[in-house]
Amino acid sequence: MNSGRRRVLQGTGGMAVMSLAMAAGLLRPGAARAAEWNKAAFETKSLADAVKAMGGAAPVESKDIVITSPDIAENGAVVPFTIASKIAHTQSISLLVEKNPAILAASFDIPDGTEPWINTRVKMGQTSNVFALVKADGKYYYTAKEVKVTLGGCGG
Amino acid sequence: MADPMKIRATMAGDKVEVKVLMAHEMETGQRKDGKGKVIPAWFIQNVTATHNGKTVLSAEWGPAVSKNPFLSFRFSGGKPGEKVTITWVDNHGDKRTDEATIS
Repeated sequence: MNSGRRRVLQGTGGMAVMSLAMAAGLLRPGAARAAEWNKAAFETKSLADAVKAMGGAAPVESKDIVITSPDIAENGAVVPFTIASKIAHTQSISLLVEKNPAILAASFDIPDGTEPWINTRVKMGQTSNVFALVKADGKYYYTAKEVKVTLGGCGG
Repeated sequence: MADPMKIRATMAGDKVEVKVLMAHEMETGQRKDGKGKVIPAWFIQNVTATHNGKTVLSAEWGPAVSKNPFLSFRFSGGKPGEKVTITWVDNHGDKRTDEATIS
């Protein structure tokens, strides 16, 4: 006889549980949105493969990219790098460490109005060549520098 | 929730120089704990900086970026008093957004 009333109660009960779950952060609508991250590029081992994973080919060596870093890094866990590109229409700058488990360390998109200049710190497992890779006008350019590491940054 | 970022945005000539220090473990996934078990990778994957609703820098990072990452860049078109907003997202889907006023 009172089944109508009962159903209404059940309905609101369900709603309450839902909103509680939302409030507790169990259902985060934003969390499901996967950020864009080029997994393939971050798994490559060589400069050529990394460029390929980014959708380019055959990077050309260029003197218009400047890597500023210590020649000898005492602590491989924190090696500071400044990369500056003088190539016109620089679209992105990437930093690659040849002998790390994965070559690509970081990649930066440079929109119009932002200087093609980046300063950051990365880990180096051992003495290695470091590449700065620049994408400009759809083409890829790079420059290399050897950095000696006295204490590796990837060990325990 | 992760600790807040330290962001400094200052005028350098006609450009804004932004310096960011983030608080993050940046675990590589290569290290082992005392029992020989691999410590799973935990690192920031994406960083985005915006100014007046326009993206001024976006980055994709691998686990090779140092612990408590530091980043510095410069962009033009900013004025003192305006805000720069930085957001990072790590491989667990955690994110953190902080902003700083250009001085």
